[in-house]
Amino acid sequence: MSSKGKFEPKMLGMICNWCCYGGADLCGVSRFQYPAYIKLIRVMCSGRVDLKHIFLAFANGADAMFVGGCHINDCHYNPEGNYDALSMVSLCKKLLAYIGINPKRLRLEWVSAGEGIRFAAIMNEFAKEIEQLGPLGKSEGIKENELQARLEKVTKLIPYIKLKKKEKLALHDPALADHQSYKDLFSGEEIETLILKAPSYWIDPEKCQGCMSCAARCPVDAIVSAKLQVHVVDQGKCIKCGTCLTACSSKFGAVTKITGAPVPPPTPEDRIQVARKNNKKAA
Amino acid sequence: MYKEMAASENIPQFCKSRYENNFGDVMIVGGGISGIQAALDLGAAGFKVYFIEKSPTIGGKMAHLDKTFPTNDCSMCIESPKFVECKRHPNIELLTYAQVESVMGEAGDFTVKVAKKARYVDESKCTGCTVCVEYCPVMYPDPFNQHISRNKAIHIYFSQAIPLVTYIDESCLYLKEGKCRICEGVCKTNAIDFAQTPETIEIHVGAIILAPGIEAFDPRYREEYHYGEYANVVTALDYERLLCATGPYEGEILRTSDKKHPHNIAWIQCTGSRHQLEGCNSYCSAVCCTYTQKQVILTKDHDADAKCTIFHNDIRSYGKDFERFYQRTEKLPGIRFIRSFTSIVKEDPLTKNITLRYSTNGNGVKEEEFDMVVLSVGLAPPADVKTFADVFGIELTRHGFCVTSPSNPLETTRPGIFASGAFQGPMDIPESVLSASGAASLCGEILSYRRGKLSKPRAYPPERDVSQEEPRIGVYVCHCGANIGRIVNVPETVEYSKTLPNVVHVEENLFICSTEAAAMLAKDIQEKGLNRVVVAACTPRTHEPLFRDTLREAGINPYYYDMANIREHCSWVHSKEKEAATKKAKDIIRMSAARTCHLEPLREFDLPVHKAVIVVGGGISGMISALSMANQRHEVHLIEKEKQLGGLARRLRATLEGLDVRKYLSDLIEKVYRHPLVHVYMDATITEVTGYVGNFVTKIKSDRGVANIKHGAAVVATGADVHRPTEYFFEQDERILTQLDLEENIFSKEERIFDAKNIVMIQCIGSRCEERNYCSRICRSQSVKNALKLKEINPAMNIYIFFRDMRTYGIKEDYYREASDRGVRFIRYDPTDKPVVARGRLEDGRTVLKVTATEHLLGTKIEIDADIIALAAAIIPSARSQEVAKLFKLAIGPDGFYQEAHVKLRPVDFAAEGVYLCGMAHYPKLISESISQAYGAAGRALTLLSNDTVVASGSVCAVNKKMCIGCGACAPACTYGAVQLQETKRGKTASVIPVLCKGCGLCNSKCPTGAIQLKHYTDEEIASQILAGLNHNVA
Repeated sequence: MSSKGKFEPKMLGMICNWCCYGGADLCGVSRFQYPAYIKLIRVMCSGRVDLKHIFLAFANGADAMFVGGCHINDCHYNPEGNYDALSMVSLCKKLLAYIGINPKRLRLEWVSAGEGIRFAAIMNEFAKEIEQLGPLGKSEGIKENELQARLEKVTKLIPYIKLKKKEKLALHDPALADHQSYKDLFSGEEIETLILKAPSYWIDPEKCQGCMSCAARCPVDAIVSAKLQVHVVDQGKCIKCGTCLTACSSKFGAVTKITGAPVPPPTPEDRIQVARKNNKKAA
Repeated sequence: MYKEMAASENIPQFCKSRYENNFGDVMIVGGGISGIQAALDLGAAGFKVYFIEKSPTIGGKMAHLDKTFPTNDCSMCIESPKFVECKRHPNIELLTYAQVESVMGEAGDFTVKVAKKARYVDESKCTGCTVCVEYCPVMYPDPFNQHISRNKAIHIYFSQAIPLVTYIDESCLYLKEGKCRICEGVCKTNAIDFAQTPETIEIHVGAIILAPGIEAFDPRYREEYHYGEYANVVTALDYERLLCATGPYEGEILRTSDKKHPHNIAWIQCTGSRHQLEGCNSYCSAVCCTYTQKQVILTKDHDADAKCTIFHNDIRSYGKDFERFYQRTEKLPGIRFIRSFTSIVKEDPLTKNITLRYSTNGNGVKEEEFDMVVLSVGLAPPADVKTFADVFGIELTRHGFCVTSPSNPLETTRPGIFASGAFQGPMDIPESVLSASGAASLCGEILSYRRGKLSKPRAYPPERDVSQEEPRIGVYVCHCGANIGRIVNVPETVEYSKTLPNVVHVEENLFICSTEAAAMLAKDIQEKGLNRVVVAACTPRTHEPLFRDTLREAGINPYYYDMANIREHCSWVHSKEKEAATKKAKDIIRMSAARTCHLEPLREFDLPVHKAVIVVGGGISGMISALSMANQRHEVHLIEKEKQLGGLARRLRATLEGLDVRKYLSDLIEKVYRHPLVHVYMDATITEVTGYVGNFVTKIKSDRGVANIKHGAAVVATGADVHRPTEYFFEQDERILTQLDLEENIFSKEERIFDAKNIVMIQCIGSRCEERNYCSRICRSQSVKNALKLKEINPAMNIYIFFRDMRTYGIKEDYYREASDRGVRFIRYDPTDKPVVARGRLEDGRTVLKVTATEHLLGTKIEIDADIIALAAAIIPSARSQEVAKLFKLAIGPDGFYQEAHVKLRPVDFAAEGVYLCGMAHYPKLISESISQAYGAAGRALTLLSNDTVVASGSVCAVNKKMCIGCGACAPACTYGAVQLQETKRGKTASVIPVLCKGCGLCNSKCPTGAIQLKHYTDEEIASQILAGLNHNVA
């Protein structure tokens, strides 16, 4: 197809083992056809699909992503993981829209193991839609560099977003199970606040005692530290979980949460020795 | 004909007294799919099995088929993993090329003499290398390929054969003329042994299962088919081989006369079936309508422009999803279904084309020429069935099938010997499979006390620790006959795979699931030092367990394995784009290889199995299943929603075969109540189900109050309901009844029924329509039964049955014929022109129901003044099915009936482990079929319940404590209670209780830091697949 100069999208589907994968298998057994550029990844439950999987794919050249699970209330697992998929996809679509990416590039469907023909129909329809939209960024009018920058920005915020929205991401409300109610689970305003108000954590060199408590608790090793030296948060690594804020003893209060303002520049090399009062005395 | 077995009740007692004797457990005779299933079930349930097959390999007729209806799944692909399982099973002793000579003794203590034919090849020495086959100078017609192609006198029966050793056929030059012996010279292991003589072995067993299966009807019995005379008249089984990639022309449909593709093919239905002619069978073979539709679909797959014509009588699409399959076939372009008897007129001497003569609807008789004619041959008992029956001392029906008990289709006339599969009468694969599980359960009932006495656990070599090694991946690309190879360029894919990071070895194979290929894989792991394996073949949903087991056999952790699905997700869905499919196959392999590098060795763990079981539904199926399991010393909790047991059968009085349902039911209910291990809960509802395979807890509210029942397994037998018709003044006029009401009225001797002059029966009320696109299967038998009963009472009564297709499948055809002979009038109607009923008054003042209809064949109008109209109302799924499905996490199919785990080979299992299915909840069926399936569900449940532990997957979640920030996002996502937050010195941290974790990974996707990971589906593993899928070459 590409040889004829026609746009051939890159599309991945992440589908649950019990229903959608079975549907895709039955689609094969029944010889229903769909475009070959769609490739499938098996997960045990659609609720296993993570925000970061979707952003990873878009940042690495995917033009569209598909998530497939069991029909609502038919999930193989007791916790009804497809509700989780519903929340995740609805959040993800809002995030995509926020950075200017057409949310139609992410699609969630329920396909049972008996619906081979439906699986093929969905694949064909989705593929056609994406072919018409063109490559990622094109229909959105975003240049490649800008696109990458935006995707990277949100990717970095995913741990923070998951933490802030953990209740909604685990929401199981059968009363809202139709797509529309879940679509409105996250408002545009909510997303905007979430991203604009994303905090940064900064260690005040004047207050830091170089005790390493915060560094020991940081889950991603984002605190540059050595004993009796002023600790510094590596903003590139920081996932904004705020663990350091709670780890720092209230006696010192060295970790500060900064919202809506830039983080002060790191302490110069010559001043990283901790200025402890009792240290001075000893000297 | 059938002798009541009064003694059968005492068999368990009798057997127990013989406890001291060290006899073997069970013998299974016949190695087709039915025998295989019985062997595996009994092996898993703790019995030693002697498995006897007369041909050189197990596999039976199913191994000869290309695909199976109604899913068109590849027959060999789904059957051959079972061969491997049989071979690897420590409790199954396989004796092929062997026949039973005599059976002495009685239930619990049989002495069986088995004669092993001489193979002239030492099974223990032959490696299956087939060098001898290459050198053998004798070519002779290959029986596996229906004698169309040729094979050698020494050969392996087919490439997936078990055992995978050669045998020498009677066409051997040395055996015939005393010269040659070339094979002896070329065999490197000295396996050829011409001195071999037949050997007789004596085996002691407690029970015997007979599964001799069927043969295809031989059309040579009837000259008019010209089979064997005209080159292009073939049987459906010949055609099956022509379709198959391992067939005579490697999957090309060719005419033997000129090796050209036929484009215009005709099928003649009912060849040898439904005929009372000499040499033919009067019964319906039950499978031919649907297998022909399958062959038509596959023909169109091979050649999109092919013209296919099916000459048929009734279209009997009575099984689950058959109606849709028929519609799918009918909708294909270039397909004609013609309802007419057909005769083969001549063969063109030059073109070898065949001319058929048939009658048209309104245009007289027509002759038409075809490139090929396929005879849709029926099923017949094996040719030697009489000798066979004599050896086992059992009786046969006049058709040559096994005489079985009217109340149990699995019991033969000799106690301790059971019939499984098509030995009971014509049936399809799933019925053969479930009857095998049922027969296994019956063996378990009489030998329960011996369970586990002779069985052995499976032994594996110690596992090699490769966690510190660099990944060394072996990639195996399967052709799957032609299923993959015809679309995907496999050699190109192999070359590409060699360039992938960490891939050190790549092979291709015709069937990677064959024993031979599995042995090669195991050898490569050891010799080439592979520590990870990718098999690019079919779906992991069916084949992953097989290959994981192969890894274990080779001493590697089974989780170092990934399956690249290049069949269901590639060659089959892109069959018209060969290049694109090849490219995608490479992509899929790259994704698998990338993922494989990150895989970790995982430990599976043993969970205890609670020995009690729940049966949901107290109809016939539920009660039979409950009793069978209780007779095997398991505590059974039988849950019934109504205030009495019996289900839908309470409304029946007799079966077509004459079983007194009332009496049968009351006996059964009494047995249930008297059994010390069956607890009955009436008026019961299930409010909650928690737990998992081996360890369920079900909360029920019933007449006994609220109870929490702990159980290891569940059998779901929630039954079905009868549709309330909305048409034909039903419920407005008391003369209009359902067939069930009519039956009740006949037995209560209602005068208005007995005095009726004209009774009209209308079929397919609420079935085969838009709302219910399926056939209710049992309505024809029901109507024929009532019609026969009425004729018996009042032979002068006029009975008219309006039908669309008369679907009296199998032996029930005989009753249809009987009804017809007794003057019951059968009138076909078209769904677009249904019979019309009007209420009217006769001149003598009687009010009648005026039925007007068009006689389909002649187009003439018929008018009948009916006194009574009986409607064959559809069988509909029970309203309760949905509720129970939600509680136990079960799948429901498009028509509202439960969806089994696999249509063909797991007909009574659910995808949800530990839950089994039987009765009408699965699909409408007759009482005898429900009984068979109920035993089947019990047999399957026993494979779980008779073990103390069940193996749980190693794919569970684990927490990296260093990364856990104790945010608590994970714990609420898990309703299994597997994730818990604990207070530690570092604050809160999550931890996972692995035995409670079911491996869904919901917690994983909630975790902000990635501290909690689902093993085998970690972020790293998934990310590597995503990147590789987007053409990033990542290791």
